[in-house]
Amino acid sequence: MAKMTLEELRKLRDSKKSEIQKRDIAGKDTQIIIGMGTCGIAAGAKVVLDAFLQELDAHELEHVSVTQTGCMGLCYVEPTVEVLSPGMPPVIYGKVDAAVAKAIIEDHVMRGKMVSDHVFDRPSADIIKDGGK
Amino acid sequence: MHASLCDFLSDIVQNAIESGASLITVDMREDERSIACTVTDNGKGMSGEVQRKVTDPFYTDGIKHKGRTVGLGIPFLIQAVDAVDGDFTLKSQEGEGTTVAYRFPLQHIDCPPLGNVVSTLVSMLAFPGTYDMVVTRSLELPAGCDGYELERHVLIELLGDFALGGTLNMLRTYVQSQEAALDEIRNRRT
Repeated sequence: MAKMTLEELRKLRDSKKSEIQKRDIAGKDTQIIIGMGTCGIAAGAKVVLDAFLQELDAHELEHVSVTQTGCMGLCYVEPTVEVLSPGMPPVIYGKVDAAVAKAIIEDHVMRGKMVSDHVFDRPSADIIKDGGK
Repeated sequence: MHASLCDFLSDIVQNAIESGASLITVDMREDERSIACTVTDNGKGMSGEVQRKVTDPFYTDGIKHKGRTVGLGIPFLIQAVDAVDGDFTLKSQEGEGTTVAYRFPLQHIDCPPLGNVVSTLVSMLAFPGTYDMVVTRSLELPAGCDGYELERHVLIELLGDFALGGTLNMLRTYVQSQEAALDEIRNRRT
């Protein structure tokens, strides 16, 4: 495989842009935030980031925002992922792996249905004020 | 503890990003004997006292998470480097920046695997912030040598917002093609 040049990358961008313009923008305003603190990295957060990117690519969801943040305070259930999707409550998912990332895209983002087994929406007591009480 | 050499790099680079640096350089050199990484930032730096304390896993500045009493990134790295007779150096000047350099001997039986270089570089480049980052990656083997350079500001200018899945996938394709050229050398028989 030959190394892609910046010029080839520019052409790829231009071709993607014209593809996107032909489609309705699905997943717009959805934000996926991946916990990439030491705890997240150790638990496999980069595998999760990769899995989200692959799923977004597979479903042609170009406009979903994927960002990283530090520890969200849920070290015991890393990797953690916060999903903010229009019409859905903000959710922090825990123990996310590639299969769960796929379920989050297909169920939560595309169908508006939470992946209930992995919802962990309370940060740990040492992070939030008054221990979350 | 981190599972791969790339995980240690992610952690150290994130420290550099969080130091308020405007420029971070990441040098990742691999040959048949070892992998050496140097992360330099022009962020806030550390006093001599803080430099001594950051090697303690039970020290953190408490800025990111009030009440937390652990800071594991550098202690994890030192522990892993010590276990394989590698090298670790930390140089810092308050107000000027920090350089963390380390080397893992690849032939040591306890040396962690390399890990996924592509997803590591994509996540490093895409971490939120206005910093610039220059990544220099090289591989030097008897079968051949090659390398590449990634400049964050050039890639953002070309691709746009790194927060979007579509953009990150294009970045991933680009980094993948660079790394695949190194894999070809690695897979050659000498």
